[in-house]
Amino acid sequence: MGSVTATVAPPTVPNVILWFRTFKAITGSGFRRYATYRQASVAGVVTNAVFGFLRCYVLLATVGAAGSVAGYDRGQLATFVWVGQGLLSVVLLWGGTELADRIRTGDVASDLLRPVHPVTSHLAADLGRAGHAALIRFLPPVLVGPLFFEVYVPRRWSTLPIFVLSAVVAVVLCFGCRFLVNATAYWLQDVRGPMVLWTLASGVLAGLYFPLRFLPEWLQLVLWCGTPFPSLLQTPLDVLVERDPTDVQVGLVGLQLAWAALILAACRLVQRRAERRLVIQGG
Amino acid sequence: MADASGGVLAAYRALLGAQARAQTAYRTSFVIDVLGNVGSTVFDVLTVLVIFGVTRELGGFTLRETMVVVGLSTCAFAVADLLVGNIERLPRYVRTGLFDAVLVRPLGALPQLLLMDLPLRKVSRAVFGLAVLVVAVGAAGVEWTPARAVLVVLAPLAGVVFFGSVFVATATVSFWWVDSGELANSVTYGGRDFTSYPITVFEGWFRAVFAYGLGFAFVSYHPALALLGRADPLGLPAWVGWTAPGVALVAAVGAAAAWRTGVRHYRSTGS
Repeated sequence: MGSVTATVAPPTVPNVILWFRTFKAITGSGFRRYATYRQASVAGVVTNAVFGFLRCYVLLATVGAAGSVAGYDRGQLATFVWVGQGLLSVVLLWGGTELADRIRTGDVASDLLRPVHPVTSHLAADLGRAGHAALIRFLPPVLVGPLFFEVYVPRRWSTLPIFVLSAVVAVVLCFGCRFLVNATAYWLQDVRGPMVLWTLASGVLAGLYFPLRFLPEWLQLVLWCGTPFPSLLQTPLDVLVERDPTDVQVGLVGLQLAWAALILAACRLVQRRAERRLVIQGG
Repeated sequence: MADASGGVLAAYRALLGAQARAQTAYRTSFVIDVLGNVGSTVFDVLTVLVIFGVTRELGGFTLRETMVVVGLSTCAFAVADLLVGNIERLPRYVRTGLFDAVLVRPLGALPQLLLMDLPLRKVSRAVFGLAVLVVAVGAAGVEWTPARAVLVVLAPLAGVVFFGSVFVATATVSFWWVDSGELANSVTYGGRDFTSYPITVFEGWFRAVFAYGLGFAFVSYHPALALLGRADPLGLPAWVGWTAPGVALVAAVGAAAAWRTGVRHYRSTGS
């Protein structure tokens, strides 16, 4: 299992097949957990659609007589908005404080007793959630958008696989970021502060409110290379609407991969440090 | 009778006092909350500025004109959110059965819910919203008349009443549909986003539903036209801007009716 929790000694021979089976089981339970709340899914889909209309009209109004703005034409902006509304729920920009609550209440103790690394088990559960969201939350806005707006359909065959890869990396990266924000509870107990900062930064800097290409170029460079935020939403969307040629697409996804690796490594490091200092309250 | 009403007021005051003390007990958390809350409103306004960075006009309106719309909307929404916004927690009260405890007390259910967790941290938003309105109106070069001076005070107040009614009306949905959660957001926060732009930005049935079906055009768009002295590109007469208080009143009556029906319909989660 390759566990490095404080409570379990690592086994000498890692069993890869067993590891995959465990991962699959946790992912499946994550999927089923979210499949239970059907009414909440319906409410969420309607809300995504309303905001899709709002954002789409506003962005389309910025397109001048030249027919394009910041390198996007009208169809590309429509695709950007509607796929963005779907992708928002898949990467789950604004997750809850479940892990932080478990740390505060001491429930996290039972997570640490399990023979799976906490980062791995939470990631597996989150992938299950994302899989459910990809079916239930991603498809409706993507299908509704074209009914009311002229959308851009990718023209290069290579775009689709790059987009799928980019979306999966975004899910993993976003999980890592949310894990880090929640893990501050090991030190702070109350995560409201980090949570507020995360909610603020991720909404604007991920490209949800407006495409980041609207910003001055030097600022784009700082955001893409200096922060993980554009890799959460803007990159997969830019890839899908073919804002850039193929080599730039691949480069952007490479940057995303680098961020995902960095953030996941940080998760494991933070978890190890946290276990050294964790005191379970209440005995 | 006078004694009784004095007692009720004292009870509400006690609720509010307890809230204020509880929320400011952890000072650092409170300060972070205050800053974080103003941050989201600042970003909303920044978004408009960024959009005007790539275009000279939006739906036929310049930046200065649009900022009046933004100011009216932001100010009204922030104040309504401060006073009534926490009603969006109603689904949780209904689901957990906590609403029972509210109903058995000898005070109004709605004022109790609002005072039980009045989010003082949102004061920062309201102040910022007011500042945006003042700066926007100042920069727009309004030709002041007595009527416009009255309107610039009345319109945000009407907006507060209107958004407050929307908050209450959408929250009552949870009496029937507990899991509606996000649905209310599409009208409350959606309404805020809609009123942040001239309605000429939007098109077709979507504009018709939000602007006149739900009445959001009267929060910021029509009052802004009246203040700026601009004719409505969509053809409505100029006096429409002054009807905002009337529309807010209608919304408030509707929300009150919805709330009463909802409370009567409420069935406890039991056990």
